Amino acid sequence: MATTTVPQQSVSLRKRTGRVPIGKIAVYVVMILITTIWVIPTLGLLVSSVRPPDDVRRTGWWTVLTNPGEARFTLDNYRTVLGIPREGQEIQAGRSNINMGTSMINTITIAVPSTVIPILIAAFAAYGFAWIAFPGRRVFFIIVVALLVVPLQISLVPILRDYQRLGLGGTYLGVWMAHTGFGLPLAVYLLYNYISTIPRDIFESAFLDGATHFTIFTRLILPLSAPALASFAIFQFLWTWNDLLIALVFLGAEPRVQVLTQRLLGLLGQFGADWHLLTAGAFVSMIIPLIVFFSLQRYFVRGMMAGSVKG
Amino acid sequence: MAQAEKLESSTERPTGIGAWLSTTIARVLISLFVPVITFVILWQVFIFLRDANMPQWITAIVAIIWGVGGVWVLFSLSNYVIEQLPVLWRRRLTPFIFVGPALAILAWYLVLPTIRSFVTSFYDATGRNFVGLANYIYAFTSQEMLISFRNNFFFWLIFCTAFSVAFGLVIAVLADRTHPIFEMVCKALIFMPMAISGVAASVIWKFIYEFRPPNSPQIGLLNGIVAAFGGTPQGWLLIQPWNNLMLVVIMIWLQTGFSMVILSSAIKGMPADLLEAGRIDGANEWQIFRHITIPYIQGTIITVATTVVLGTLKVFDIVQSMTGGNFGTQVIANVQFQQLFRFVENGRAAAIAIILLVAVIPVMYYNLRQFGKQTEAF
Repeated sequence: MATTTVPQQSVSLRKRTGRVPIGKIAVYVVMILITTIWVIPTLGLLVSSVRPPDDVRRTGWWTVLTNPGEARFTLDNYRTVLGIPREGQEIQAGRSNINMGTSMINTITIAVPSTVIPILIAAFAAYGFAWIAFPGRRVFFIIVVALLVVPLQISLVPILRDYQRLGLGGTYLGVWMAHTGFGLPLAVYLLYNYISTIPRDIFESAFLDGATHFTIFTRLILPLSAPALASFAIFQFLWTWNDLLIALVFLGAEPRVQVLTQRLLGLLGQFGADWHLLTAGAFVSMIIPLIVFFSLQRYFVRGMMAGSVKG
Repeated sequence: MAQAEKLESSTERPTGIGAWLSTTIARVLISLFVPVITFVILWQVFIFLRDANMPQWITAIVAIIWGVGGVWVLFSLSNYVIEQLPVLWRRRLTPFIFVGPALAILAWYLVLPTIRSFVTSFYDATGRNFVGLANYIYAFTSQEMLISFRNNFFFWLIFCTAFSVAFGLVIAVLADRTHPIFEMVCKALIFMPMAISGVAASVIWKFIYEFRPPNSPQIGLLNGIVAAFGGTPQGWLLIQPWNNLMLVVIMIWLQTGFSMVILSSAIKGMPADLLEAGRIDGANEWQIFRHITIPYIQGTIITVATTVVLGTLKVFDIVQSMTGGNFGTQVIANVQFQQLFRFVENGRAAAIAIILLVAVIPVMYYNLRQFGKQTEAF
């Protein structure tokens, strides 16, 4: 055996040393290729959104790269979709009702409370599950774990009926509550995993000083859990910002309250061939999540690792 | 969890049925107190906000402060109420200040709807007449649902999961061999679509698939490439059944970054001497990948694949924005949405939801079993 193993090993070592630089270059080339393929769709969107309508209609966006001499750029598409006309000019006829600025404010009004409310409620619950003994604790927590993968489709029919009865349909409050309900299982689960690992010495001295659970939670646990809260917050924020289904079902078609995804879907139907408007509109809807994503990517990744079981 | 028992070891057990009953009722009341009062107060403010004529951004700010602050105030308020009670009662009720609101909301939004959807699924559109299994017969025999099952299972579940996990794995392995800064930039760019909504991604890709008649300049990238190589431009979204793949590509584009990031961290967590041992034994890079890396991160691969599978079962916004479910691209979640909104067929929509729920039960079972194993002392 020894005689066969040794030559094999030396052969493979020789092969390896001879191959490494080429292999290394190949890895870089493949990575650059894949990354380029992944970026091109977004690049096409960005480039088209700043080209004049006529150019977008007549030539492919890539001619900007192949023929840069003739490329022309403009921000007028953004003015049109945001409803901010250039001085002394009117917005193109029929385009004045796009006004994605309104949808942007609506989306912020939906996304911020839909992120903070479930986190707050979940943090309280996670602390309760982790550090307070009470009858039924295990059963309740098992229910939370089971609910992690339940598709939200199950709730649409009954909750819509409740909302119609309570007059919650088409209101921000109704949508906040829906996002809270559907985000809670994951939020409780993630925050429980974090809060239950906080060393108990931290609590003990506080208890000896006569602090209540409520004080300990607000003064000690919330600040200590900041990283976990942040990672879930980004997760939930992107999810609520990008949501279409809950907005369509619970917010309804009223233009005054529509969020960006709904408005963009409307544009796709209404101006399906006006790519200069669609691309600008899509970019407007993407800009805030992209900023959040790139600036807080580290937290986002951490939250995702912990929560890759969600349904 | 055992720690908690010690912290609260002095909790007295209520004696007698009367005490038990009153404790239970008090707990339920406490659990409902925060959410119910929250709804009522927030609702009153909303009536006010809705009818007041203020600039939109002021309304938005007030709404956000009310929504977020309101919840906080009510937690504090219920804690204040609890602290007025005798010690014994305070001990018994405190846990429900903490977990009560979450449990009440989960009950309203997820637990009860499961039961209510199940019941509704046996009634007709009005919800008054019992129709037996008619909605399920619809769900398993109608043309639309049969197409949806095919698409959801064959195109979305199989293709999307296989490709996004495989791409994610390949990219993670390759990126691991490059310079850290290069790796970071590549991964961030591939991960970026994760932040893009399904609707915006659909705009991006619909533009790529844009079709102009042959011999006129193509503005869609895909047909631009086809034309540049002398091919005939196609209306990609109309070629059945392969147009489904055009939609699946969007999901793969969105999801691969997710698979990549999670698998990448699993690969980076592999002990270096394990790989070194393989190299010393003369394994080549492929053999190391196949016989060391893959088995080592198997658990992570299953987790990632499960997450993608759960996503594909519920795929909605891409289909809704790209084709509206037409041209043979219908999916289950979109049929449900249309039954609910276009046709107001609540019974059918509920039956479809139950089918989706049944489809995820194996995953639920697996999660619960894992949880049970991890926390025997819970």
